[in-house]
Amino acid sequence: MNVRRLFAMAYKETLQIWRDPRSLAIALLMPLMQLVLLGYGVSLDIRHVPLCVYDQENSQQSRAVVKSFVSSDWFSISRTIHNQTGIDYALNRDQCIAALVIPADFSRRLAATGTAPVQAVFDATDVNTTNIALGYAQGVVAQTNAQIADGWAATHGILPSLVGQVDLDPSTWFNETLDSKNFIIPGVVAVILALVGAELTSLTISREWERGTMEQLISTPVTATEVMLGKLIPYFAIGFIDAGFCLVSAVYWFGVPFRGNIGTLLITTGLFIVVVMGIGYLISVRIRSQLGASQIALVLTMLPTTLLSGYTFPIDQMPAPIRAITFVVYSRYYVTILRSVFLKGSGLSDLWAPLLGLSIYALIIIWLAARAFHKALD
Amino acid sequence: MSAGAPAVLAQGLTKRFKAFTAVDHLDLRIKKGEIIGFIGPNGAGKSTTIRMLCGLLHPSEGRAWVAGFDVDRQPEAVREHIGYMSQKFSLYGDLTVRENLLFFGGIYRVPRRDFNERMRFAVSMAGLEGRENALVRTLAGGWKQRLALGCAILHRPPILFLDEPTSGVEPEARRRFWDLIHELAAEQVTILVSTHYMDEAEYCNRIALIDRGKLIASGTPGELRARRLRGELFEISCTPLGAAVKVLTGTPGVVEAAIFGDKLHVVLGEGGISATDLPGYFGEHGIQAGPAHRVTPSLEDIFVQLVSGRRERRTLP
Ligand SMILES: Nc1ncnc2c1ncn2[C@@H]1O[C@H](COP(=O)(O)OP(=O)(O)OP(=O)(O)O)[C@@H](O)[C@H]1O
Ligand SMILES: [Mg+2]
Repeated sequence: MNVRRLFAMAYKETLQIWRDPRSLAIALLMPLMQLVLLGYGVSLDIRHVPLCVYDQENSQQSRAVVKSFVSSDWFSISRTIHNQTGIDYALNRDQCIAALVIPADFSRRLAATGTAPVQAVFDATDVNTTNIALGYAQGVVAQTNAQIADGWAATHGILPSLVGQVDLDPSTWFNETLDSKNFIIPGVVAVILALVGAELTSLTISREWERGTMEQLISTPVTATEVMLGKLIPYFAIGFIDAGFCLVSAVYWFGVPFRGNIGTLLITTGLFIVVVMGIGYLISVRIRSQLGASQIALVLTMLPTTLLSGYTFPIDQMPAPIRAITFVVYSRYYVTILRSVFLKGSGLSDLWAPLLGLSIYALIIIWLAARAFHKALD
Repeated sequence: MSAGAPAVLAQGLTKRFKAFTAVDHLDLRIKKGEIIGFIGPNGAGKSTTIRMLCGLLHPSEGRAWVAGFDVDRQPEAVREHIGYMSQKFSLYGDLTVRENLLFFGGIYRVPRRDFNERMRFAVSMAGLEGRENALVRTLAGGWKQRLALGCAILHRPPILFLDEPTSGVEPEARRRFWDLIHELAAEQVTILVSTHYMDEAEYCNRIALIDRGKLIASGTPGELRARRLRGELFEISCTPLGAAVKVLTGTPGVVEAAIFGDKLHVVLGEGGISATDLPGYFGEHGIQAGPAHRVTPSLEDIFVQLVSGRRERRTLP
């Protein structure tokens, strides 16, 4: 390895990034865009939220309420329960995300006072889903109210607006404050870094193939290691700039409390950037077109990171086989680390488990990347 | 590299792409300071051979040494001693003239104290003074090619591989390019250059004629020209040329008929039609023709016959 060649390579790559609109957009605009999109617009369209029903009354009216939940399509009944402990059991076993409890005196109170409470219990581990499901529940209840009001008004001869209502009394378990941004934003940082890191580096080798400059490059004495490191150095710098931007935005823009230590954050972030850039580089070596490489990078980073890193869908809520798969999703370790550093103020020693996962990943990727590129046309 | 050793030596060099043999047991020996021209039709295997010699493709069979190093086993040592210009232009179009030179200078570790002088030399050689900060993709063909040559010789390699360096370049720029090649050769640089242009073959010290992956003839232009054609060569003006070739194909006594510029070159063997009969023979077939003149064969005539001779032998049972 020669420092002069490494420097020539890194300098050339920097110039090329600077003059390539696509790379610049990924490096500078994408983090901002994703931050706005993911940070603000986390609205997943959820259907058929599994609902447990504990109908203590089992009257015509209570059944009508249950039916209105089911016919909405937003919920589907996963279990019918006959005692209070059944609810705890079902929620703990992930048999449902929400439980609906209709008290034994429901129709009596509705008839007497014109208003009657039903209780909905939500598993709030996954704040996002819970928020959405809660919104749905309120929508269902509002509809039910309108129907009840109409019926009441018709039988009692008074205006619907004066009629009482079914009250939804929601309570959330596991995460009382329901402050979703604290939970989501650190994950968003991971998603952005994974995406930007792999997308950028996926272009680097394929660009040489696509533009026909590779043949000249490999006819020189530059070594494969110098090509790899020289190319990755500028991207590593960009990765850190983007990481800084995202992390600072998380704290000062989205107001996520930062209770940890900057050093811990930098070390773990560096490790994560090495992993995602290594993955992008590996793709770039294999795929000789920039478009193809960047699409594969998208699939290999965005999908697992959004779906399987625990960024929105909690890992401990996943079915066992999927949970097993998440162990090879590098982002899960970084998401865990970020959340702990931000919210719990964890230090390196507290984080040994995810740190070990990430380090093993980084070593494997570096090992693969170092031997991926061969200076030959065949 | 010891004094008498060849700059390039290939023994039975072969490259197969799946079932297709692109280079077929090629033997080659190039002396130091020689300009050797690779001539051959499209797909003959010129580029493939050059790529193997540069260590860019692994030979399927055979061995080759460049500057004394085995191209397959010591490719990095080979690369320290060569300059290469690929057939397709392959400098960085999004970098300026200066930045390209800086990059290759760094990659080749040109000594820092020589660097400015070599860079000035490369820029003036390419005729790009005052345009050092122009993006390379904005340059015209001739400048690009000369700059590519400039980048390939920044580290003063003793051996140069130039794959069709003048293709698509206008004649004036081609002449300038060949002047540069001769200047380099005068400094004992060994140069292997492939070309489509027959006139360029005359500028080489030695020519290797390649067809379908095989070396079918090699020698100095004089030696090749002195090879006897299988008959005598006549030049004749006639129109239309294409029809004239068709008419002669298969005519007894005609060894070879080929279009040569705006004239027809005909090789006549013993027996059969004679040169004086040609105009009349054409007349019978509705082709206007002037008298036939005897001419000394050019290299192109030799190549045409060598290449078509192989084709005939192949197609005959
Ligand atoms: N990577 C490859 N895979 C398969 N076939 C190839 C490959 N490279 C070259 N060939 C084939 O090998 C043959 C020789 O190609 P080569 O490029 O060496 O010819 P050439 O003499 O340089 O031709 P040209 O004058 O067109 O440049 C051609 O038929 C080509 O299609
Ligand atoms: Mg070629």
